Parts: sequence; C-alpha cells; structure tokens
Amino acid sequence: MFPIPQVNDDNRAFWTGGREGELRIVRCNDCGYYIHPPSPRCPRCLGDDVEPHAVSGRGVVYTYTVNRREWSPGVEVPYVIAIVRLDEQSDLRLMTNIVACDPDEVKIDMPVQVDFREQGDVFAPVFRKAPA
Amino acid sequence: MTMPQRFEDRCIISGIGQSEVGRRMTRGVLALTLDACLEAIGDAGLTPADIDGVISWPGAVTRAEGLAPPGPGSSGPGPHAVIDALRLNTNWHAAGPETPGMLASVIHGCMAVASGMCRHVLVYRALNEDTAWRQSTERVATDAGGVTGMMQWILPFGAFSGPNWMSLYARRHMHEYGTTREQIAQISLNARRNAALNPKAVLTKPLTLDEYLSSPMISDPLCLYDCDIAIDGATAVVISDAAYAGDTPNPAIHFEAVGSALHGRASWDQWEDMTETAAMGAGKHLWSRTDMTPADVDCAQLYDGFTVLTLYWLEGLQFCGKGESGAFVEGGERIGLTGELPLATSGGQLSAGRLHSFGHLYEACLQLRGQAGGRQVPDAKVSAVSAGAGPLASCLLLRT
Repeated sequence: MFPIPQVNDDNRAFWTGGREGELRIVRCNDCGYYIHPPSPRCPRCLGDDVEPHAVSGRGVVYTYTVNRREWSPGVEVPYVIAIVRLDEQSDLRLMTNIVACDPDEVKIDMPVQVDFREQGDVFAPVFRKAPA
Repeated sequence: MTMPQRFEDRCIISGIGQSEVGRRMTRGVLALTLDACLEAIGDAGLTPADIDGVISWPGAVTRAEGLAPPGPGSSGPGPHAVIDALRLNTNWHAAGPETPGMLASVIHGCMAVASGMCRHVLVYRALNEDTAWRQSTERVATDAGGVTGMMQWILPFGAFSGPNWMSLYARRHMHEYGTTREQIAQISLNARRNAALNPKAVLTKPLTLDEYLSSPMISDPLCLYDCDIAIDGATAVVISDAAYAGDTPNPAIHFEAVGSALHGRASWDQWEDMTETAAMGAGKHLWSRTDMTPADVDCAQLYDGFTVLTLYWLEGLQFCGKGESGAFVEGGERIGLTGELPLATSGGQLSAGRLHSFGHLYEACLQLRGQAGGRQVPDAKVSAVSAGAGPLASCLLLRT
C-alpha cells in the first residue's frame, strides 16, 4: 500500500473530507483565494480568516507519469501519478493518481473527476476520467 | 571584475579531494569522508589545524520534513562527526538540507570566508547509497505514524522517488516543446563516452541509443539510463580567503559568480511551470552578478541526477532559450568533449556515480587546473557547475 499521511488539525479537512464525498480545500474568506497545501494565512491578501470549502472535484491533467517501478514491497505497478489542475483556480493543483483507466489512455488536458481511496482513516483524493 | 563588493571576489577554492568512488566498497562512509577531507586539506597546502570552518550538505539527518528528504545512505557523516574525528577547532560550522540545492553549502562556505568569520572552510558531501540500498528497500524514510511535512502531498500517491517527481516535469516539457526521448538520450550517451576517459568512473562500457531506448521504463518518460547511479564516495573542497591565492600548491580557482535565487513555490508538486525548474531563477541570479555571458563558459558540469535535469539547467543558465534544450543537445556533438559546450566531462552522475553535484564541482576544478587527463578540455578557463531539481537549485561560475 501507499504511505498514508498523519492526520492533524491542519490537514484533517483535506484528508478526511472524502468520507462525506467532498474534496475540501482551504479558502480565504476575505479574498476567495484557494490555498493548497493548507496554510493559516492567505498568501495573496495575508488575511487569516481561512477555512476549508468543498470544491467541485473537477479538473484536468496538467502532467502525468506512469510509474513502473515497485519502490515499496506490496505496491502494484504500473500506476499513474499526475498533477491535476482543479477547475476553481488555475494554480490550484494536487498531486494525485489517475485510477480506473488504462495508463495508456491518460493524456495531458484530459478532464477528470475526483474519487477517494480509503486507507484507514484517510480518504486520499484520486481522480477518474470524467464522463464525456 | 566590475563589482568589487561581491563576496565571490573574497574567496577561492584552494584545495580539492575525493575518496575512492564505487560500488561494493569495503571502507565505511566516515572513512571515505575523511579520505576526501584530508586530501582536500593537503591539496590546499594546509593541515587540519588550519581549518576554522566546516559545512556539509545535508548533515547527519535521517529524516526531514522539507523538500529534500534523506533516503538510506544519502546523508553521510555531519560536521560534528568530522570535526571530532579530525579534532578541528572551528569558528563556525553548519549543515542542513533546507537550502537551494546542494551547492548552497559551497555558497555558504564562501559567505563564511567573505564575512571574515573564517579563513579556511572545509566543505564536503558524502554518500553511501550503494551500501545502504543493498540493505534496505526504502527510498524515502516514512514514520510508522504516517507521513508528515511536505512529503504528505507526494508519498500517499506512490510518488516515492525522484524519477516520479522529475518525470512529471519532463512530460510537460515534452508536451509543450516537442522534446524527444532521442534528444534526452544524448545526455546519457555523452556522459558514458566521457566516463570512458575517467579512471574513477563507475560505468564505462559504451552505451548506444538503441540500448537507451529499449531499457526498462522507471517512471515514463524516464527510463533506466535517465537515472544516475548510486555509489559510495565523498568529495571535499577547501574554500579560503582570496589572500591565500598566491600560496596554494595548485592553481587557485576563483568564484566569478554564484546563483541561489528561488523564484517560485517552495514545492515539488505546486511548482507553477513544470517546463522549467528553480534553475531558471538561480541561473538568472548568477548572470546578474557578473559581466561574463554564457559564451564565456568553456565547459559545464550541469546536474544530471536525471538526464532531463541537464536540459533544465541548459535553459536556466541560458546556454539556449526556453524550450530549446532538446534541439540544443540533438545528435550530441555540441555537448561532446570537442564540441561547443562540453558537458559532464567526468561522466557525470549518470556514469561516474551519484556524488550529488560535488563530483561535478571536483571535475570543474580539475578542468580549470588542467588536471583532467585524457578528458581535458583544452585551455579551459571558465566552468559552470550546478545542482538541483524541481524547486531546488544552486549554481557556480568558476574561473582560473
């Protein structure tokens, strides 16, 4: 299995929102800027009124790689690692996996939709090819 | 040159040293480190009693939450171990992984000398990844309680290692600029050709384009021959006050300029434009500190932990335009030993071993001292050296 993050007050919304089917990203209540990774202060307006908000979970593949090396015992290869750009904001990106499709089908700019991979208490946001 | 207040003018590289480098080594990493350090100190015409500063990258860290998490064998002994082993008396010492790439340790050493804090600073980098990887399947240390710090945004998606991270960048470069695997291959083939002329190189058997293209994919587009080779070995240099230049047994190497600027997110995954790396900001920084231009460089020892990193550095240091590095290296002639810009003249990390930019630093000094043997670039007076990937970048412009 892939390593899981240590959940704490700073990252809980992101790593566990999937329990309710939501991808939650910290957003500045003053200027509306989405902040990832989460930070207690908005890097744009420097305000500190920030809290997690659910986003659409839609985005496009900015770049990707097909990992074929078994780095850790018990991890099945190949799998697709990608950077997905979320629709809400051009610089709002996540490293993630593209799942439930043939690795050879993944392309840059492919529309994707969030899904969640449950591992213990963590719901890692992964993405599937969006329906046409 | 024109800016007498630059700290670069106040320091020199007075001595260099390197241990045996290789795989299945019998000597331990502290022994190798001390071999390199003592060789550098002696090469500078000094004794350990003259050394009053020490810095290493990254120091004796077994885990870190920043962008350069150590893996097995990647840290080597820290300054405390070396200071005690050689019974040094220092005015200053330091180490740490949260810097603009590995050559930042050299820049910090220069600052310590230029500030007047030290007269002779020992700078070293030691690794025993070959030995450590034989004993462990882990590549990045993770706590049983879960991943913390900046790696939590990367490791939970199975992006365990550098090839994963840099392949994401490389794919975007290929997508936007049409860079091809055949072009990227030239970095690997060039390194192997040069390695055949370096008695200390690890891989010297000629490598063909067909062998490159048919080698196993690691994390595509990066294949086996895009990745450098883990070794055990250590490299050291002594940075001295420029006033010592007339007394060095070997020709002193001067710092023309350094670059360490980070103009972008401090993040692997949030880096905005993955067709470039922090090399772009660091390169611009370097050229802003000198009247020299890329045309003045006689040979370049650009970082090649993965082949594509050399392409990013070619663009960052402005040897070609943005997006043009694939075409620049096409066919390999331009970057060969007799070409317009010889690259990785030692064989680089791809073929001579992963000395983590200090192999490149050592080679640049040999070239500028005219001591590079069968791979000597005729009349080499200026060499660029660089280190780092993604958000990590530092570079040096050295001259005779």
